[in-house]
Amino acid sequence: MPKWFVPLAVVCAVMFAVSPVLIANAPYESTMGLVQKIFYVHLPSAWVFLLGAIVCGIASARFLFKGDPRQDRLAWAAAELVVVFGIITLVTGPLWARKAWGVWWQWDVRLTSSLMGWMVSVAYLLLRQFGGPGSEKLAAGLALFGMANVPFIYISVNYWRTIHPTTSVVPTLPTSFGLPLWFSAIAFLLLFVLLLRMRVRLEEQRATLDTLYLSADA
Amino acid sequence: MFTRIVWLVLRKDLMVEIRSLEIAYTTIFFAVSCVLVFAFALVQEGRAPTDGAAGILWIAIAFSGTLALGRTFERERQAETLKALLLAPAARPAIYVGKLLGIIGLMAVTEIVLVPLVSLFFQAPFFTRPLWLAAVLLSGTIGFAAVGTLFAAMLVRARTRDVLLPVLLYPITVPVIIAGVRATAALLQPDLDAGIIQFWVALLVCFDVVFVTLALWTFEPVMTD
Repeated sequence: MPKWFVPLAVVCAVMFAVSPVLIANAPYESTMGLVQKIFYVHLPSAWVFLLGAIVCGIASARFLFKGDPRQDRLAWAAAELVVVFGIITLVTGPLWARKAWGVWWQWDVRLTSSLMGWMVSVAYLLLRQFGGPGSEKLAAGLALFGMANVPFIYISVNYWRTIHPTTSVVPTLPTSFGLPLWFSAIAFLLLFVLLLRMRVRLEEQRATLDTLYLSADA
Repeated sequence: MFTRIVWLVLRKDLMVEIRSLEIAYTTIFFAVSCVLVFAFALVQEGRAPTDGAAGILWIAIAFSGTLALGRTFERERQAETLKALLLAPAARPAIYVGKLLGIIGLMAVTEIVLVPLVSLFFQAPFFTRPLWLAAVLLSGTIGFAAVGTLFAAMLVRARTRDVLLPVLLYPITVPVIIAGVRATAALLQPDLDAGIIQFWVALLVCFDVVFVTLALWTFEPVMTD
């Protein structure tokens, strides 16, 4: 493990311990009240979810055209994290929506594209798991298509009624709301980096073990 | 040279298919049974649900398309002919385009049977704007087949290819299906709003361009061992 891993893990743990206090002390939003606080978990996990998808897509492209197995391991690790953070996003979203919109789910552009992005990453993992030998290239191709989809679903936003809060909300937040949000976002980002590093390391060791077995056979 | 290889691959596929008609018959029969299942499930007391026809048409197209894709490449796998095709001194993208055109042709034949059938069972006035309908169907089919051909070709080597093809294909092609359903639903409205249909067809064409470009770009590295 790199030197920065343990200190960063400690920082991340402390941040996750402190962030509920910050969230609890943040003022109530005037119209939504208590339920708005879920936003401090929903938004950071959604950001990390998208970040993971981008990491997976870029690493897949580099693997496909350069053939570097390290990029492939990175893509796999990122895809697993996309599934995890996607679940957090897709569970916290409806919890808030039930209170704010009165329904659990809407076939809104933002929701549909998130769900599809999440499904592509699940399909990616299924392919890695059950595809057998040679599936890593197929998975890389899938990840590329998955990444290409995202902007297109956003285009149809104009022709679709959307009720999801827009991205313009974040920069205009007052400090009392912004501080816990950014604190929580950094904590999630650290968690993502740590988990990614740990997962890549597991794959690296697996690869080393495989080469050891092969050299022992020879 | 490129067009010649495309033509040769396409002609080979058509010739094999015309001799047995195996995939065409099974796909069309499957598509018809699919529509029948929907008719039994949804048509009650002789009345079809309003606005259901567009969705049912596209579901039948997607399902039968998946079946055709799987069968086409299964035939190539059994005789190891895909390997021979890839060994040939021909540009890989040309092979891909040849296969793609074959699949589009097969899906088009299925659609020619499907559209009147859905129109009949679900009382949908599909034929009032035939040119628009053809544009929507063609652009949607190209988008679906572009991804499908690449994935089916990739999966030829995978162990669990039968189940993985739909698992991988549907999440990626959902935007195409959405756009196709919306455009078809707009066509069925009594007063035609050309702007809406134009928007969805334009979006479908965008998907086609992106998917075909990506597939041409990735076909070579993905199919190389």
